[in-house]
Amino acid sequence: MRIGLLHSLIRKEEKLLIEAFRNAGVEPIMLDDRKLIMDFHSAPDIDILVERSINHSRALHALRLFESAGVCCVNSHKVAQICGDKLLTTAALRDHGIAQPECRVAFTEESALEAIEELGYPVVLKPAVGSWGRLLSKINDRDAAETVLEHKTVLGSYHHSIFYIQQYIEKQGRDIRSFVVGDDCIAAIYRSSDHWITNTARGAQASKCEVTPEVAEISLAAAKAVGGGIVAVDLFESDAGLLVNEVNYTMEFRNSIDTTGVDIPQVVADYVIGLVKQ
Amino acid sequence: MGYTMSECPVCAAEIELADDAMAGELLVCEDCGAELELTAIDPVTLAEAPSAEEDWGQ
Repeated sequence: MRIGLLHSLIRKEEKLLIEAFRNAGVEPIMLDDRKLIMDFHSAPDIDILVERSINHSRALHALRLFESAGVCCVNSHKVAQICGDKLLTTAALRDHGIAQPECRVAFTEESALEAIEELGYPVVLKPAVGSWGRLLSKINDRDAAETVLEHKTVLGSYHHSIFYIQQYIEKQGRDIRSFVVGDDCIAAIYRSSDHWITNTARGAQASKCEVTPEVAEISLAAAKAVGGGIVAVDLFESDAGLLVNEVNYTMEFRNSIDTTGVDIPQVVADYVIGLVKQ
Repeated sequence: MGYTMSECPVCAAEIELADDAMAGELLVCEDCGAELELTAIDPVTLAEAPSAEEDWGQ
């Protein structure tokens, strides 16, 4: 069995995955995206590709080229494309009738301000592509809105002028991150912080969250909406029930193994090996 | 677990490498906090890791 692991820097997650594959008797073939040269019809000789690049852009393009060469990829190019772009994620969730915060998209400062006022303060302005909670702006009033929109327009690159505006959800200092592998929601954590941004990359603390039927149901539905595979789903607890905030396709899990008691990398490795055997 | 010693390219502190260390691995210097990439195993070379780019992470 030839399992390719596409990576750039090798983080704790990739080391844990390598160990998990070895536990299952498979030595993964390491493919460094910084050394990769691809044409449009062939690829390294592998049965399946596990995508673990740290760069979204490289992952997205490499997956497309591996799929062009007939290689099955986990996750697929489609999943990476949808999850890597918040606008596309919101559209996919909407297409599948999955609960999420209200969102607006606008392309100019003027229309973005109008959209913000229509949603009502506070709102959260996010880059359509981005992660680890970077460049998120919680906008509490019109003065802040005008300032942030002007700065983004003047200082940002073109994609900062695609204004993705999300209703602010009062989440009582925490959100939920659930982990979906194939047809199973295998684990979940709370991410708690005094700050309104609750990414663990920004210092939020992880604690165990029970995978209730409600958590499992919306997580699996969100995963299916973006194309399935191995994803992490970020959920808000609201008065109206759980809402999907984001879906992540190259999930980080180092803080969630001891916290949940679930050997996430082993579940992932076994799932991938199962796909090859099918 | 055995280990190899190397030197942090930023602060010259000693860095211990586990015997399962691999090229491309991300390390953090415990003395200065610099993020380092283990760029080669034989011989061992360490370099400052690339800075986080806008499309990094999940």
